[in-house]
Amino acid sequence: MKADHFLLGETAWCPGCGNFPIREALAEALAELDLPPEQVLICSGIGQAAKMPHYIKANGFNGLHGRALPPALGARIANKNLKVIVSSGDGDSYGEGGNHFVHNVRRNPNLAHFIHDNQVYGLTKGQASPTSDRGMVTGVQVNGVINPALNPLALALVLGAGFVARCFSGEKEHLKETMKAAINFEGYALVDILQPCVSFNKRNTYKWYKDRVHFPDVSDPEDWSAAMDLARQWGDQIPLGIFYNATRPTFEDSLEVLSGEPLAKRSFEPNDVAGVQNEFL
Amino acid sequence: MEVNILVGGAAGQGMDTVMNLLGKSLVREDYGLIYTKDYMSRVRGGHNFSTLRIAGGTPWTTVHSVDILVALNEETYKLHYHKLVPSGRIIYDPDVFTLPEDEDRGVPVELKKLAEEAGGKVMANTVAVGALLVLLGMESNTVEELLEETFKEKEGMAGKNVNALKAGMAAAEKFCSACFSLPPKNEDGQKLFIDGNQVLGMAALGSGCRFLSAYPMTPSTGVMNYLAGKSKEYPVVVEQAEDEIAAINMALGASYSGVRSLTCTSGGGFALMVEGLSLAGMIETPLVIILAMRPGPATGLPTRTEQGDLEFAIHGGHGEFPRAVLAATSHEDAFYRLNKAFELADRYQVPVIFLSDQNFADTHRSVEPFDFGRLSYNRHLVEDGGYEKPYQRYRLTESGISPRAIPGQFPGETVLVDSDEHDQNGNIIESAEERNQMSAKRMRKLKALAEELDEPDLYGDPRPETLLIGWGSTYGVLRETIDALSASGLKVAMLHFSDIWPLPQKRLRSLLPEVRLSCCVENNATGQLASLIRRETGLTVDKRINKNNGRPFMPDEIIKEVEKYHES
Repeated sequence: MKADHFLLGETAWCPGCGNFPIREALAEALAELDLPPEQVLICSGIGQAAKMPHYIKANGFNGLHGRALPPALGARIANKNLKVIVSSGDGDSYGEGGNHFVHNVRRNPNLAHFIHDNQVYGLTKGQASPTSDRGMVTGVQVNGVINPALNPLALALVLGAGFVARCFSGEKEHLKETMKAAINFEGYALVDILQPCVSFNKRNTYKWYKDRVHFPDVSDPEDWSAAMDLARQWGDQIPLGIFYNATRPTFEDSLEVLSGEPLAKRSFEPNDVAGVQNEFL
Repeated sequence: MEVNILVGGAAGQGMDTVMNLLGKSLVREDYGLIYTKDYMSRVRGGHNFSTLRIAGGTPWTTVHSVDILVALNEETYKLHYHKLVPSGRIIYDPDVFTLPEDEDRGVPVELKKLAEEAGGKVMANTVAVGALLVLLGMESNTVEELLEETFKEKEGMAGKNVNALKAGMAAAEKFCSACFSLPPKNEDGQKLFIDGNQVLGMAALGSGCRFLSAYPMTPSTGVMNYLAGKSKEYPVVVEQAEDEIAAINMALGASYSGVRSLTCTSGGGFALMVEGLSLAGMIETPLVIILAMRPGPATGLPTRTEQGDLEFAIHGGHGEFPRAVLAATSHEDAFYRLNKAFELADRYQVPVIFLSDQNFADTHRSVEPFDFGRLSYNRHLVEDGGYEKPYQRYRLTESGISPRAIPGQFPGETVLVDSDEHDQNGNIIESAEERNQMSAKRMRKLKALAEELDEPDLYGDPRPETLLIGWGSTYGVLRETIDALSASGLKVAMLHFSDIWPLPQKRLRSLLPEVRLSCCVENNATGQLASLIRRETGLTVDKRINKNNGRPFMPDEIIKEVEKYHES
């Protein structure tokens, strides 16, 4: 299927929104990976980014705010043949859903997590997000953000993530290639995608990012310390790329019961398990 | 003829070991019994006790009076000696404490010393079982058989335990041999010795449940333990979630993707789940939630029982959506009813809440083996050619039930679900017209759903003057109450709800206006079922008999209340 065929519907995004190139890159990635839409599931929470399941031809679970990851895990358990992609914002993934982020990185299920990180809350109109830079003034953070920004890449690395990448929606080709690598990665793959919010984030604009992003050489993608150094760089220079890429056993691999046919496709007859009560005799 | 045994001690002293060994042996020898647990929310110390009642048939409830008290510490004696009948006996370890001089019912058995001689003090409980066998006039072969089974993978342990058992028997024989008469044996075949949580776990497995996600919370954890224990042998995945919010959302993701899914929790966890419950209602994804109640508010009494979450189960979750609420009444019924919960969830694409409580969850009874042939497994998914193209997850239908497919089921067709209000495709909408259509579609499902619910069980006099109304785990105690009141000449019956929401009303409407006195008996402070009946039918229950101190009702407590109302 061609990339265009994956694009659906009229979006509710603002003109110039950083979500557009992310959506196009995702459509191109799916097309180039030759994935049929019925074999792909996009899970999201709530927010502007979380509307993605409505705009891409695939199965979609547009659930609750912050709760994109748990249904994605459930889906992987039910049907390991599904390619599961989680596509949601920074507030959804790191704020409301922080606990699920922490524990699903630990679990390492086979899913690609694309976070549209615009460092601001869009749908609720401009409050700080967990990744907002210190000092950013908003209608709620009237004296500027006082908390240090959460560093999702460093956090994921500390939690043992096997695939950690940073992209920028203004570098679409790189984003698409990184998405493909994340979707093909065996395990949990985090792609934090820097994305301007043209309506509510007047600090981190296209120009702001363009002036800072660069592509450092990652000579050894299994070098955790080097990845950590890259993950911690922020400010005048912001590195992009796959900082870390090393497989480890996935959640699904560790469950013997999942080997063979997907659970969702197995038949069942109650009488076949009647012997289970004999232990109580 | 019956025998009541109470074993008490500090948490960690192994009262359960005694009861499980003795209880299962008794059931194997065809005695009918019930065994309940009263325990504190701590791992060591404090005071815990278990009660075993052996009676003809299968007793429905335990009672206050005690024939044999096994006091593993002095506190147990002090707390429970007043329940002991005059002809009762006290098994205790004279090296741990001494009985008062005027107490002549003691059977001193050096539990710890004899256990150490047999191979380790951990076997003190086996010594106690030996002493109990002697008092009950039983042979030791069935217990020995069980010990062999239990320790078959721990070399030498079975033999040591048998030695401990025999030492306990020899010690007790000097004081009291066969001084209690067991009731007649049942002659209707082998029985299971099983507790409520195990019944539910097994029913889930027998219903084809493939996934349980839960966060451990007393008194629901036993369901999780049971299914996890089966996950090596059967195709079921048990995932311990990071919190109850994750638990319900994982279960929804798995259900959406095609497997029967379950979550279990207690009140506090359910409170975290209600946003997900509302999501299940909105995305019309089948889900069964076992809500094992304990006393609230907040952390409440974590290891005790209450029926305080009925209104919460019916009303929890923002917005309006159809759901069903069923309850565990007896072990015999709950097995099939949980299957019904799964069937209703799949058929109507709704969340179904299955109410249990600590009183049900932790109670063992001897029950007939279950008939797995009575369980159903109908997923109600659309089949090839059985849907209009293009596939639409929320197609408007007369019944309100839309064709449900799972991701990947049909080439070229995708399944989109959305927590926002949506159109027939599942896409976000905000139009007033589509909102009305979609909301009405969901609510239409209630009509047929309501017709599937069972009327409350009527037991006792078919034309009662006095009617006791109850729901859930009070079934057993109400049965015994009705039997006792009937025997005293009262024209009395009970009306007991297993399916609660949408409230079945036919029997209520025919019986309530006819009786002279109606009492709603509930393990809560306010009488939530009585209020629900009033709200749904306009009929008023005369009296509310409530208990919410965390302990289950005993028959004598209800009888006293009913007699009081009769006198006035």
